[in-house]
Amino acid sequence: MNAVFFYDKTFDGLLSAVFQAYSTKRFPDRLLKVGDVAPMFIDERITVITDPDQAGRVWTGLLNKTDATVRNMLGYVWLSEISGSDELLFRYICKTFDSKHTVAWNFGDADVLELTKIARKVAHEALYIKQFVRFQKSADGIYVAPIHPEYNALPLTIAHFSDRFADQQWVIYDTKRKYGYYYNLHEAVEITLADDNNLLNGRLNDTAMDDDEKLFQQLWKSYFKAMAIKERLNPRLHRHNMPTRFWRYLTEKRI
Amino acid sequence: MWRQKNAYLCINMNEAVTEKLRVLAESAKYDVSCASSGTVRRNQSGGLGNTVGGMGICHSFTEDGRCISLLKIMLTNYCIYDCAYCINRRTNDIPRATLSVSELVELTIEFYRRNYIEGLFLSSGVVRNPDYTMERMVRVVKDLRTVHRFNGYIHLKSIPGCSEELIAEAGLYADRMSVNLEIPTEQNLKLLAPEKDHASVFAPMRYIQQGMLQSIEDRRKFRHTPRFVPAGQSTQMIVGVSPENDMQILTLSSALYKRSSMKRVYYSGFVPVNDYDKRLPTLTQAPLVRENRLYQADWLMRFYRFRADEIVDAQHPNLDIDIDPKLAWALRHPELFPVDVNTCDYLMLLRVPGIGVKSANLIVAARRYGRLNAEQLKKIGIVMKKAQYFITCRELPLLTVQEISPENVRKALSEPRKQKLLHNRQQLSLIFPD
Repeated sequence: MNAVFFYDKTFDGLLSAVFQAYSTKRFPDRLLKVGDVAPMFIDERITVITDPDQAGRVWTGLLNKTDATVRNMLGYVWLSEISGSDELLFRYICKTFDSKHTVAWNFGDADVLELTKIARKVAHEALYIKQFVRFQKSADGIYVAPIHPEYNALPLTIAHFSDRFADQQWVIYDTKRKYGYYYNLHEAVEITLADDNNLLNGRLNDTAMDDDEKLFQQLWKSYFKAMAIKERLNPRLHRHNMPTRFWRYLTEKRI
Repeated sequence: MWRQKNAYLCINMNEAVTEKLRVLAESAKYDVSCASSGTVRRNQSGGLGNTVGGMGICHSFTEDGRCISLLKIMLTNYCIYDCAYCINRRTNDIPRATLSVSELVELTIEFYRRNYIEGLFLSSGVVRNPDYTMERMVRVVKDLRTVHRFNGYIHLKSIPGCSEELIAEAGLYADRMSVNLEIPTEQNLKLLAPEKDHASVFAPMRYIQQGMLQSIEDRRKFRHTPRFVPAGQSTQMIVGVSPENDMQILTLSSALYKRSSMKRVYYSGFVPVNDYDKRLPTLTQAPLVRENRLYQADWLMRFYRFRADEIVDAQHPNLDIDIDPKLAWALRHPELFPVDVNTCDYLMLLRVPGIGVKSANLIVAARRYGRLNAEQLKKIGIVMKKAQYFITCRELPLLTVQEISPENVRKALSEPRKQKLLHNRQQLSLIFPD
């Protein structure tokens, strides 16, 4: 007996699917988005209605069965947006509920290990963002940075940037997912730009730039160049440490 | 207030500063210390910056692959000393420059605001005398912390021979301080840097250690006692400039790590500068592989609980260039292997080539749920290419180091970059002039 669940691809929807699976004793082989085409040879198609109450009850269950690290990992894996990661989360949550003891350390289990690995990747993407965001000061005094992360890790870094740059207004914009955060000296709020064309090439227009901005970019570039020791050049290590996918928005790597 | 000051300072920021920045960066880059780790400090209200602790954050990487975490720069590259190995020695004809306190402060803050850097790494050539130089450096960090309320990371180089009072003051503003040992033995230091001695290096190290312990002690009683060099100290040794062997270097490192404040010893493969000086060996290239092996040995001491005398001893005073030090140790002790990963204790697991700290932790956690097999070990992240000769698990292969001798394992695992290694070996076997 094969079953497919259709749900709305939200986290609450996923938790509702878990609820429904346990209450009807039908466990899905695949989790698809409402409207997707189901694979062949399917006996049962079930559409899950997202219900915050049910989702809340599943989450309460998780609160009882897991520690904060595991729940963080679940959030990280959700943010990875890797296809199939929701099915992985589903299986992991079921394993958590089915087992008497925590499964978090059972790295011999393929799902547990995979979940840990994806969570680690997303956490590393957040580190990449903290490393490679480059602000440019605009004429109105706001520090602006575009970034193009592989996983949706930007929300994980906002607390860091809000604490670090507490006395300056800044915007970090995810040009891949078309949203960003604006920090207004009190809190970071989510924004979407109607027109992000001038961010896409990674460089503010000269008119939009603060007077000193060009000078400091120049200073940083010449500093970056001066720091390399010619006798030890190692382009492979360079690319390994600073992947080329970030170069587009890196001040020092732009010509 | 800050805006006004900023506007005033910017008048000075121009071509001249660009040139100074370039010159002073060129002079500072041979110092390899780069860490921005060890302190967690949240932003104080209204100030700029924080430090994240943990491993720190590297913001960029130079084309030689080293990280740029801090704005590593010298206050000045004028120097009264004439150390043979140093690019900034007084007899060298290189461009010289000095940054003013306000220029340096503004550079740091403006770079920091753009997320280019994690903080400042300040070093300096010695002008007039050590105390005079140190005082000027302290003024920069004091300005950053008190006037500009900068909470980012500050690494301050301590000038050998400077007084205890200045270190006591510097320690209140800096996160980490360092004094470079440069040459592992005093007699060779005397030869290459006649104006320096080990006493002038060890004294500041001691002051830092004492200040740190004192501060930790005081903070137990009074919570708001200011922290003193919270991220501890580090030091650096140049490798390949003087004829010390790896045993001397690692024994010294291990002695240094006995002090609780010593967090890192850096090894800097000597980049041939000043090749006119007859006291220096003529290298064609920096001894990069040897430097790499020393770092691996250092890691073994800090994270894998190896002792220095296990890594190198009188029979093997130098690290093996072809294989890493852990593998070399394992091949010298075949009687301890193979071990069963499902039962052996954590410390032994750490000693298996191909198993790192992370995978050892994963194994210890996972094996409580059931015995692990080779496929699972591989997925966990063990380098089976190496580990296969030293472990047994649920169904594992029979070709361990016992069946095929250590020599053959060594042959199988010698790294394939033969060309490069041969090249390096040539330059390591040089005879040093007396």
